[in-house]
Amino acid sequence: MELLKVSGVNKAFGGLKALNDVNLTVNEGTVHAIIGPNGAGKSTLLNCFVGRLIPDTGTVMFADKSLIGLKAHQINQAGVSRVFQTPEIFGELSLLQNVMIPTMAKRDGEFALHAFKRLDKDAEIIDTALHSLEDVGLADKKDVIANSLSRGDKRRLELAMCLVQSPRLLLLDEPTAGMSRADTNNTIDLLKRIGEDHNITKVVIEHDMHVVFSLATTVSVLAQGTVICEGKPQDIKGDPRVQEAYLGGAHL
Amino acid sequence: MQSKITPTRDYIFFVVFAAAVLTMPIWLAPFGAGYPDLLQKFMIYGLFATGFNLLFGLTGYLSFGHAAFLGVGSYTAVWTFKLLGMNPIPAALMAITASGVFALLIGYVSLRRSGIYFSILTLAFAQMSYNLAYSVLTPITNGETGLRVLQSDPRILDSSAGSGGPLLANLFGIELTGYAGFYFCAAVLIIGFYIAMRIFRSPFGIMLRAVKTNQNRMNYTGLNPRPYTLAAFVISGMYAGLAGALMCITDPLAGAERMQWTASGEVVLMTILGGAGTLLGPILGAALIKYFENIFSAFNDQTLHEIFGFLPDFLETPIVGLTSLFVGEGWHLTLGVLFMLIVIFLPGGIMEGFSRIIRLFRRDESKSAAQTAPAE
Ligand SMILES: Nc1ncnc2c1ncn2[C@@H]1O[C@H](COP(=O)(O)OP(=O)(O)OP(=O)(O)O)[C@@H](O)[C@H]1O
Ligand SMILES: [Mg+2]
Repeated sequence: MELLKVSGVNKAFGGLKALNDVNLTVNEGTVHAIIGPNGAGKSTLLNCFVGRLIPDTGTVMFADKSLIGLKAHQINQAGVSRVFQTPEIFGELSLLQNVMIPTMAKRDGEFALHAFKRLDKDAEIIDTALHSLEDVGLADKKDVIANSLSRGDKRRLELAMCLVQSPRLLLLDEPTAGMSRADTNNTIDLLKRIGEDHNITKVVIEHDMHVVFSLATTVSVLAQGTVICEGKPQDIKGDPRVQEAYLGGAHL
Repeated sequence: MQSKITPTRDYIFFVVFAAAVLTMPIWLAPFGAGYPDLLQKFMIYGLFATGFNLLFGLTGYLSFGHAAFLGVGSYTAVWTFKLLGMNPIPAALMAITASGVFALLIGYVSLRRSGIYFSILTLAFAQMSYNLAYSVLTPITNGETGLRVLQSDPRILDSSAGSGGPLLANLFGIELTGYAGFYFCAAVLIIGFYIAMRIFRSPFGIMLRAVKTNQNRMNYTGLNPRPYTLAAFVISGMYAGLAGALMCITDPLAGAERMQWTASGEVVLMTILGGAGTLLGPILGAALIKYFENIFSAFNDQTLHEIFGFLPDFLETPIVGLTSLFVGEGWHLTLGVLFMLIVIFLPGGIMEGFSRIIRLFRRDESKSAAQTAPAE
């Protein structure tokens, strides 16, 4: 089944055409990698999915519903979560609180005036949040303030914040950038495991080919705002157009 | 990290707080603050700052117009006295409602912007309210003279109406002057503190902190920050309105100057001085400022000459000249200096000072523990 269908999306910043007639279909249950050189428009494309940017033309359909014009929080409530290229977390709050917030958003919706309940007595929320922290291996740091984490840990925290919502579609913008090899492998394992447990469809932007080949079921190559080819990872590897696009880039 | 917050700890904290407030007339007497007028001010401004802190301390939105709600609360309370009678409870309820509605309108518009633009919008609205109260709305506010309760007012629920008795707030027969007035305000502050505490510990409270920390992440987490911030704005406006009503119980008079920007600024100072984002800080800040205002503004040149009388004349005159700048009418200068010192050296306010002292002790303990550990 098609979960996400992007057709004819264009986006220009002034004179710069960041996205040029992008067509992309993500099937349910797959891990769809988007690769491409720096400045190809990968992050811009994700921004069009989550309501941060509105495409100049084109449509973005999620589960047969248009996402164009929806606010960011509405898109999330529809079942799309996103991990950012630079981690977006609640820096002044503890890790547990960081994960409790998305847990509550999932359960109570975009606004709920629970001004007299005690948060520390809400066992359901706490347990779910703790479980998610365990999944990413941060449970022992649950009372630490998020700002004091290393960059790799911040990424894992952000991942926990997204996973706890069990989204239908998870968008990951370079989830392993800035991680050590060991952490990268942990993250790959985690993403694989989560995929099996919750059946979350994922779109991953990645520069690290090791990650792409370990995770992806489908790969789209984006260059200068256009999808230049698409296919199974092993087919993409040998494609001369891809070599061409990456010429000068040290990634392949 | 600080020690863990549990319901039991909160309960103890609350009981200690309530006990400390109710015994203030005793333990503040040695500091020369044990008289009802001043204590009542502590309560009222403590309540005002507690409400302000729910907005500023939790969401980080700095309103520079909260005095407008104080004024609306006062006017509403006096009107309720005039129409319904001198019972403070309907007056307080009406003041909360009116200031809540007013805050909803101002908040709805102002919260379309954040940061400095939000502050300026609230300031503009408050200043507008002040000018309206002063001029155009004279039929409602009685302009320059201020609104007071008159013997000829209907006061339909007062049995004593028209009997010519004193025009004081009157709680089922108890006249709210002196200590009765203080205890009434103390009870209201304790309730207000309890509600603030519940909000701090609630899911709503954590959402307000999320607003302060990262609105972007909030959006992408499926939460709409706007209604959260607006709810905080309205609640804090209601606190201000209630404080405004309390100001009228001992002296049923409401004037436009209560809405002036200086009053808005004062609550900002109180909150930051005590520690924004903490439960107790704003109340401490409010009490401290009102205490110093009381002491320093009472000084005049003569008292200064008495204090520095032991000095030789050629020293006494310049010293008295200098210090007189900081007392009496000029006590705001003292406040300014105090505020600057706090912001520079203790950006978390008095409460940060306390936690630094506690940490100092803890470190000493852990040090000595570490030293003894290998010996065992
Ligand atoms: N908000 C913006 N305003 C103007 N130009 C932008 C904006 N966002 C992106 N661009 C430009 O659009 C192009 C595509 O950027 P984008 O961030 O999507 O690239 P990317 O593929 O994610 O690259 P990277 O691998 O470096 O993250 C770049 O040339 C970038 O400078
Ligand atoms: Mg990018």
